[in-house]
Amino acid sequence: MENTENPVSAEVINGSDPAASERSRSLPAWVVVVAFLVLLLFLGLVWWGLNRSSQPPILVGEMVPPIVLTTFDGKQVKLADLSGKVVLVNFWASWCKPCEQEAEEMETVWRKYKDGGQVVFLGVDYVDTEPEALAYLKKFNITYTNGPDLRTQISQLFRIKGVPETYLIDKNGRLANFKIGPYTSTAELQAMIEPLLK
Amino acid sequence: MQDEPFEMVVGTLMKSRHYVLAVLLAFVLLAVGAVMGQAQTKPLPSDDEVNAVAKELYCPVCENIPLDVCPTQACAQWRELIREKLAAGWNKDQIKNYFKDQYGIRVLGQPPLEGLNWLVYLLPPVFFLGGVFLVYRALSYRKPVAKAGAAANGAPAAVDPYLKRVEEELNKRK
Amino acid sequence: MVANFGFGVMLLTFLVTLYGIGAAIYGAVRNRAAWVESARATTLLIFPLITLVVLIMEYLLVTGDYQVEFVYNVTSSSMPVYLKLTALWGGQAGSLVFWSWLLSAFISSVALRKWDRDREFLPWVIVAALVTVAFFLGMSLFFENPFSRFWQLPSGKEVSLMFAPLGALPISPADGRGLNPLLRHPGMIIHPPMLYLGFVSFVIPFAFAFAALVTGRTDDRWIRLTRRWTLIAWLFLSLGLVLGSRWAYDVLGWGGYWGWDPVEIAAFMPWLSGTAFLHSVMIQEKRGLFKRWNMILVILTYCLVIFGTFLTRSGVLSSVHAFAQSAIGPLFFAFIGVTFLVSLGLLLHRWNALGSNGDITSLLSRESLFLFNNLLFMGILVICFWGVVYPLISELFTGQKATVGPPWYEMWTGPMFGLLLLLMGIAPLSAWGHSTLKTLGRGIWKPFLVSLLVLVFVYLSGITTIVALLAFWLCAFTFTITIFEYGRAVWARHRATQENLFVSLWHLAGRNRRRYGGFIIHLGVVLMALGVIGIEMFQTETQGTIAQGQSLSVSNYTVTYTDFAEFETADGRDVARAVVAVTKNGQPMGNLYPRRDFYIESQQPMTIPGLSSTAEDDLYVVLVDWNPISSQGATFKVYHNPLVFWLWIGGIVFILGTMVASWPDRDPEIEKVRVGARAALRAQN
Repeated sequence: MENTENPVSAEVINGSDPAASERSRSLPAWVVVVAFLVLLLFLGLVWWGLNRSSQPPILVGEMVPPIVLTTFDGKQVKLADLSGKVVLVNFWASWCKPCEQEAEEMETVWRKYKDGGQVVFLGVDYVDTEPEALAYLKKFNITYTNGPDLRTQISQLFRIKGVPETYLIDKNGRLANFKIGPYTSTAELQAMIEPLLK
Repeated sequence: MQDEPFEMVVGTLMKSRHYVLAVLLAFVLLAVGAVMGQAQTKPLPSDDEVNAVAKELYCPVCENIPLDVCPTQACAQWRELIREKLAAGWNKDQIKNYFKDQYGIRVLGQPPLEGLNWLVYLLPPVFFLGGVFLVYRALSYRKPVAKAGAAANGAPAAVDPYLKRVEEELNKRK
Repeated sequence: MVANFGFGVMLLTFLVTLYGIGAAIYGAVRNRAAWVESARATTLLIFPLITLVVLIMEYLLVTGDYQVEFVYNVTSSSMPVYLKLTALWGGQAGSLVFWSWLLSAFISSVALRKWDRDREFLPWVIVAALVTVAFFLGMSLFFENPFSRFWQLPSGKEVSLMFAPLGALPISPADGRGLNPLLRHPGMIIHPPMLYLGFVSFVIPFAFAFAALVTGRTDDRWIRLTRRWTLIAWLFLSLGLVLGSRWAYDVLGWGGYWGWDPVEIAAFMPWLSGTAFLHSVMIQEKRGLFKRWNMILVILTYCLVIFGTFLTRSGVLSSVHAFAQSAIGPLFFAFIGVTFLVSLGLLLHRWNALGSNGDITSLLSRESLFLFNNLLFMGILVICFWGVVYPLISELFTGQKATVGPPWYEMWTGPMFGLLLLLMGIAPLSAWGHSTLKTLGRGIWKPFLVSLLVLVFVYLSGITTIVALLAFWLCAFTFTITIFEYGRAVWARHRATQENLFVSLWHLAGRNRRRYGGFIIHLGVVLMALGVIGIEMFQTETQGTIAQGQSLSVSNYTVTYTDFAEFETADGRDVARAVVAVTKNGQPMGNLYPRRDFYIESQQPMTIPGLSSTAEDDLYVVLVDWNPISSQGATFKVYHNPLVFWLWIGGIVFILGTMVASWPDRDPEIEKVRVGARAALRAQN
């Protein structure tokens, strides 16, 4: 798209016009640099997206970012306030069939540890409706703290792929262990909690 | 002669103050019944009304599926939630905001106009204007040539229509 | 044994491909024709080799060798043979091989053409094409091996590997998981191959563009060589997209045909840049302009094909279309990186050599209008791309994944599609080089009047929304202009040659297939636009739970639930079928049979709608399967979709037009007749 003065009617069709090429500006260096930069930026974004989709966001051993859970009773529970205790974060939903498989085990194990004061169970209700959630809690006689995951903030933090998923945070606030899917027995769950009590 | 129970009741009722009480009681019962009946006959929002709201929301769990056609149990629960809210008198915007607060902005069909999301609405026109600019540049040099060309075009058109046609035919043959 | 043999052939093909790349580069750099010939021979060899791999895979699928992981994943004993054959593209591993196979078919046919005049292009075309094949074969060999089998290690753990680890025993499951029920529909059997054909065939134009950039032969030769390939690629991609939307409409049960799903958009983007390229290429042929832009477009189309394939298969996006997550992501990313960077580098390197000669001198000339056409297509492309990418960006910066859904896309692309419709009408009237409002006006005023008549008619039939009226008018306008143009030429020819009108029509199209094929394509697009307007702006729906004997009504239709049956089929489905009687304006229209198929082994339901289709509107009845279905009560969703019939008719016309446009021209006889027709046309004006 250069400036030439070839009038239309005398145009040579599809011949290359040396005059035109000579007059064309050579591409300034900054254009080349910017073009490559934009492309690299784009590739970087894609690479980031790819990584994100394949890795868990918080690796075992890393500090867990501060979480605030608003319970069904309206109270706020902050992870920061619970340092020094072992915290178990369990994602569930009333519409999730596998969650029901582990609900009894969860409550049984909770009752074992609740008087000790060293372990806290937090149930995070993932994209659910309150009446059904409360009915679920009542059905399984769940007594530990539960709250809805407002704006899916907590589940996005852990980038859960589905429910149920359980994350264990040690006394120093680091992610110690996790379980994707329901626990099959109380022994399995206890085996994950015990080492963290030391 | 023993009083028949029926005669006893009727006899009691016929006494004026009991009569008045009975009438009052009947009236109260009627009124309550009417109110309750009113509440009971008020219909639940129909599926169509629920869908009108659900159409504009997206399933929080399964991506890019509108809430009115999503087949999962979770979505069915959310539609019932919409029905409840509609019955409670909420309007569409209130319900959408509620969903946004509960489940995040992904339930909305378009990103809400806050924070970074302005980019979604700004960049397309910016790019388009950039494109328009490029097109303008490609076309802009026509002006100086057009004046000369207009004069020149008049002449060739009259002098060389055959040449022009031959050119065109040659073009088409390629 | 058979699996080992298949793997061996695949590995051999991979090595042959690598050899071909090396030989081509060596032959080109050292100017040794013998090496280039050898490279050409390898491209011919690759197709039979991959065909053998495909045959072996089909053998494993049909005989049900469930030790092979891929066979286990996509077939089961209860599937009929034809489904087992089509299960080849029912899973990631198989579809990658299928991709390679189609690509090798195209490359081999390119290698078979006469290369005498274009010897310098040959090695680089081979390099570009074979590198793509090598990449896909590499993914199949090292990441998604279709011949990988199940073994049990001595420790008891079960793995899936190509070769048996030490001491491992083969595991042979009794039956496979079976093909995803969604993929068992006839539409779904044909839609992926068509789409893959479209994607794959865009590699050829790119290979030629690549060769042109490397050799410095930046004149029009590469465009002429690839004109037909581009049109064929575009034909298949269009067919794939249309078939996909028909399948969605027929089977998925949400009453629509296009969901602006990211994966749909990933296939749509190359189509957009491909269409822009098809038009822009004509400017280069006729006026020698936009050489750089054409180069950009063809590279962009190829890059979008690769990027789209990556998005679908790598798990970056989640959608109903996406394949399950797999390990091919990083390798795919590397390929994208190399392709994009190399293409950009070559393009910038040859930037000056790609200078044009001549300018656009008239705002209303055809090249100028084509430029606007390109601007609009690119605009839509930018919208699509941004909509797909933005959720990732929002997640990166805010932690919240925003949904960019149909409302956003429709808001931005609607006006642009409308403008394109307008351009489609006007551009054929303008001339190459120069057009004025007067010359255009001469061609427009009669169709314009007719279109106004149609507008009045539409208004009188009850449609009053401005947007709808405008949209309908645009369709009428473009349709009438196209018909007029075609009609005028036919009439002129008829007068000059005294042929029958229909014979004139046939011959005229035959003489200039590109122009008249283009007209037919545009007519097809207008018909499709009609269907889109009908369903998007005037769809009504209703949903209700009714017992047998009750009815629902929508628009002027009434749907009465009359019967219910539940039965099991031989191919493992539990079917609940409702019979509904349909009346329109009180007149009985017959029965529809919406049903819910529950695939027992995969525990997946599918709802198949009952569809009644006329030129005026469609009635679409679907059983809702999240509520119980019985004769006591079933929930139906009923959609009234006006005019959607024209979407499919338009699609057929569109495809036919593309076939006309891409049919090879016979050597034209003396242009006496055409010149005569043209003279007659001018005399008329």
